[in-house]
Amino acid sequence: MDTNIAIKNLDLSFGAINVLQDLNLDVAKGEFLVLLGSSGCGKSTLLNCIAGLLDVTDGQIHIGGRNVTWEEPSNRGIGMVFQSYALYPQMTVEGNLSFGLKNAGVSREQITEKVAQAAKTLQIEPLLKRKPRALSGGQRQRVAIGRALVRDVEVFLFDEPLSNLDAKLRAELRVEIKQLHQTLGNTMIYVTHDQIEAMTLADRIAIMKGGKILQLDTPNQIYNRPANKYVAEFIGSPTMNFFDGTLSGTAFSCPQGDFSVEGYEFAATPSAGATLLGIRPEHILTGDQAATAQVRLPATVDLVEPLGSDTLVRCDVAGQSVWARLDGQTPIEPGADLPLGFNANLVNLFSKTSENRL
Amino acid sequence: MLYGTLLVVSLYYLLPLYVMVVTSLKGMPEIRLGNIFSPPVEVTLEPWVKAWAEACTGINCDGLSRGFWNSVQILIPSVILSIAVASVNGYALANWKFRGSELFFTILIIGAFIPYQTMLYPLVIILREIGLMGKLGGLVLVHTVFGMPILTLLFRNYFAAIPEELFKAARIDGAGFWGIYFRIMLPMSLPIFVVAIILQVTGIWNDFLFGVIYTKPDTYPMTVQLNNIVNSVQGIKEYNVNMAATLLTGLVPLIIYFVSGKLFVRGIAAGAVKG
Repeated sequence: MDTNIAIKNLDLSFGAINVLQDLNLDVAKGEFLVLLGSSGCGKSTLLNCIAGLLDVTDGQIHIGGRNVTWEEPSNRGIGMVFQSYALYPQMTVEGNLSFGLKNAGVSREQITEKVAQAAKTLQIEPLLKRKPRALSGGQRQRVAIGRALVRDVEVFLFDEPLSNLDAKLRAELRVEIKQLHQTLGNTMIYVTHDQIEAMTLADRIAIMKGGKILQLDTPNQIYNRPANKYVAEFIGSPTMNFFDGTLSGTAFSCPQGDFSVEGYEFAATPSAGATLLGIRPEHILTGDQAATAQVRLPATVDLVEPLGSDTLVRCDVAGQSVWARLDGQTPIEPGADLPLGFNANLVNLFSKTSENRL
Repeated sequence: MLYGTLLVVSLYYLLPLYVMVVTSLKGMPEIRLGNIFSPPVEVTLEPWVKAWAEACTGINCDGLSRGFWNSVQILIPSVILSIAVASVNGYALANWKFRGSELFFTILIIGAFIPYQTMLYPLVIILREIGLMGKLGGLVLVHTVFGMPILTLLFRNYFAAIPEELFKAARIDGAGFWGIYFRIMLPMSLPIFVVAIILQVTGIWNDFLFGVIYTKPDTYPMTVQLNNIVNSVQGIKEYNVNMAATLLTGLVPLIIYFVSGKLFVRGIAAGAVKG
């Protein structure tokens, strides 16, 4: 792995509050890394540290093999796209694109050439003479990306660039960003609180909480093998169902019944004790599949949320609510009996004390 | 009802102005008749000419014109200097926070609440020591310093309301302290500059206290000269000349308001709603 960004033992505190603590992170060249977390987890702060907009308290940041911990933002080889895009309102699109180059003392011919090139890549050539306020959200975003593009930076930083847009446009621009990454091949770090953006865009996701990275892995691993209960709950909607019980060997017992977890891939040697068993709503089986499943649960439908493509059902299993995702075509009414089931290879077991994956 | 109230209130404010205008256009015999509300029978511009060019203050009999030019010479550098310094102050305090910048700002704001009277005499000594006592330059310095708290507050709050991301983006684009100030912040801040100009022009033009203390008869600003003309106790009271002199003195702020009133309101509102 060719490391492009290396963050070593990074600390950041505002007075007595530690926002980032002893944070280590390596990002490979050309990688799309998403920093994901709820608000206040330090993800934007980390991005600002990488950009050089916040002075770190301790630790080092290396970009492209160079220690840039105390470099000016403009000398770090980074470009940044902000949530509000932060286009200079009094300048035309062309002015916005060339501002950085002018500051860097690039010659006029080169500026024209680079602006034209970036405008072509981003298909904003007809907009060059317009002011930002005459642009749509999507066009503004492209200009904001263009501002990073003209400067030939190694690393693109995105600070929640899609949060200001409506759902439809967001989905479109998500695709555009992904496409752009495939064409340019730059290293990109993307901050978001939206798990769908994270799952769809990322090569790797770093889930953050309280200034620490809880898990850094591929979207697939994060979804299927969450490292702890927080990650398991954070990813997936509706959230994962949990059964509170005890584990001994491969037998899990809880008030809802005794389940065999034969076939579960333990992260380490299985340890007995108080355990949480998690199963995602989409991994819960119904109908014929439930009848042949490894674990079967008799349940009563309590609430139905039809989404069109599928239907979310809240069931009552011996006093506990369990969400299941059903095919959208199944007619179902509250009060009906609905046998549920699941297989042990898709469950997640967490120690109740440490909340880490077993 | 609303318009009725407005009408009464405007009459209340316009009536004195009306009296001043008509009196300034009358000759002294007509004024002695005592009908202060009646329009002039014989319109004369004599009092205006006299007020501008001939009225006596002390031993000088060259009218208000000298005071006018003194005031202009005080006003222009004071306004430019105070706004230039205060806008950079405000920009630094809003965007380039340094250790103790909040404390610095607090101290500056407290400055706005200290009664001027306590500072009058110390300032006399300071100006004497630096050789600016009684000179126009000294008064420019005083106005610049006293405009600082309120103007800095004004600019700081305006710049603080400009999204921080713009500032960050400019830093990533490699613009420095002055680059961001001149290329990003200034072009976005026209309304607040207009507000600051209006505040300073009217404030400095109408100033009497500093003018009477820190200058001498040769360098008296217009307001001080006006006072000396109107309050002269020798000879007959020329009401028409006094009225004309007062109107002449009030003309500058009045013009400023008429020209930039719209921008003024917009600037105040922009500062208030944004954020």
